[in-house]
Amino acid sequence: MSVRLPRWVLGFSALVYAFLHVPILVLMVFSFNDSKFSVNWSGFTFNWYHRLLERPDILRGLRASLIVGGASTVIATVLGTLIALALARHRFRGRTAFEGFLYVPIVTPEIVVGISLLILFALVKVPLGLTTIVIAHVAFSLSFVVIVVLARLEGMDRTLEEAAMILGADEVTTFWKVTVPQLWPGILSGALLAFTISFDDFVITSFVSGSGSSTLPIVVYGMVRRNVEPSINAISTIILLVTTALIYAADRLVRNK
Amino acid sequence: MAAVRERLLAWLHPRPQARAWALLAPGTLWLLLFFLVPLIIMFVYSMMPRGIYGGVDPGFTLEHYRRFFDPLYLDILRRTFVWSIACTAICLVLGYPVAYAIARGGQWKNLLLFLVVLPFWTSFLVRTFAMIFLLRDSGLVNNWMLRLGVIEHSITLLYTPFAVMAGLVYGFLPFMILPIYASLEKLDLSLLEAAEVLGARPVERFRRVTLPLSMPGVVAGCLLVFIPALGSFLTADLLGGAKQMMIGNLVQNQFSAARNWPFGSAASFIVMALVLLAVMFYLRVKDRAPGEAPLR
Repeated sequence: MSVRLPRWVLGFSALVYAFLHVPILVLMVFSFNDSKFSVNWSGFTFNWYHRLLERPDILRGLRASLIVGGASTVIATVLGTLIALALARHRFRGRTAFEGFLYVPIVTPEIVVGISLLILFALVKVPLGLTTIVIAHVAFSLSFVVIVVLARLEGMDRTLEEAAMILGADEVTTFWKVTVPQLWPGILSGALLAFTISFDDFVITSFVSGSGSSTLPIVVYGMVRRNVEPSINAISTIILLVTTALIYAADRLVRNK
Repeated sequence: MAAVRERLLAWLHPRPQARAWALLAPGTLWLLLFFLVPLIIMFVYSMMPRGIYGGVDPGFTLEHYRRFFDPLYLDILRRTFVWSIACTAICLVLGYPVAYAIARGGQWKNLLLFLVVLPFWTSFLVRTFAMIFLLRDSGLVNNWMLRLGVIEHSITLLYTPFAVMAGLVYGFLPFMILPIYASLEKLDLSLLEAAEVLGARPVERFRRVTLPLSMPGVVAGCLLVFIPALGSFLTADLLGGAKQMMIGNLVQNQFSAARNWPFGSAASFIVMALVLLAVMFYLRVKDRAPGEAPLR
């Protein structure tokens, strides 16, 4: 049975989609506008992108974001995949409680995560810097990786693993030669999400970054606070394009089961 | 290396519990050390006297929780609550028809879904800046309204409750759409067919079949919007003025300018407690299995 959509539902939905996307599109278009103050279109320019390259704070922020993103993604992906494997393949005591516990970081407001880590680091006198940011990002993104990888594991055909074992492969060989290749898209999309979370995070990072370890969102926040200038549109556009590409890739990986 | 591997396998083989925990241990340890332990320390801090240079002094006090009965802070709590609920309600009204359209979207479904997932994952900071860009005095909204002659002078939109609400809805709307879509997607269409055969008109079919069956998604969506709205900080920080503080801003303020860590911890603990209450409420509602709600 096909259900026809009422006209008003279509029109209303179109408006909501516009609300979700037009602000971002406008922001991007005006990163190419050849005027510092006006919101009228004054011609096309790459000027604001060139300006970014002249700003050492932005380049340093980008570098910090890439280091933090890379490190926290690797750690979160490895730890998260191991947890997902345990949940998918093993029965153990306290399993339900453990799964519940995994969801707590996801629902916890970022500001709570941020200040509680700040207190911890201050208490044990760890200086704030890139390391503390990585620790925080792993703690926050780990659960997301587990959920994505677990979804893939549960949809996976186990007969191939059984066949490998019957044919004489030991468990470790089976894991690397059969399980991992099948699981790869899940692991990769988990990693992409972890990187996106790290690359975009402002709130948690703002509490656990020291002076001299500002990631890109911290630098952008400082710019937004000072005044609205087209350079912010330019750097925002770059951030948006990077994350859109990552999310698109993750989306494709999950869907191609 | 090989010998170590053999011995490890031999030891793990008859111990499935140990094997499970070997996989779980590293990640669990990380979460315990860098998620749970900090929360516990924060809770302890919230009951200690304030130190002079930030931090705390030894001792026990409930003074920081008592301070929330001060009208100033009660006001912040109430505003946070009212705005989060209003944001949830607006998201529900805007989100439900969209979720419905996606679920019946046919060939467009994947694209439409991707267009909702995308803002879900894009930088919240950038999206909040987009709102500033549109709403500021010399921004596009004012500019267009002036040109269309709707207004004669630019009006202040930014740093008002309106701007904060727009920012909250803009930020959290995808959280509402996705779970409602998921429950509509699962809906068994033969039920609608049966209702049609039995003579139910479209409005009636929606009210008595579709809506009740999509309630799990509605409840989940409301929770997923309410929770981050309650703990939000950036929206009110950038789009609201000094008079539009929410509890997240209070927390941030106590850890930066005010340097009152225990009071900030208490505020933060209240946020966390409210969130956990909301989750528990959700789990109770969910356990009553509204997915199989009786079709009265």
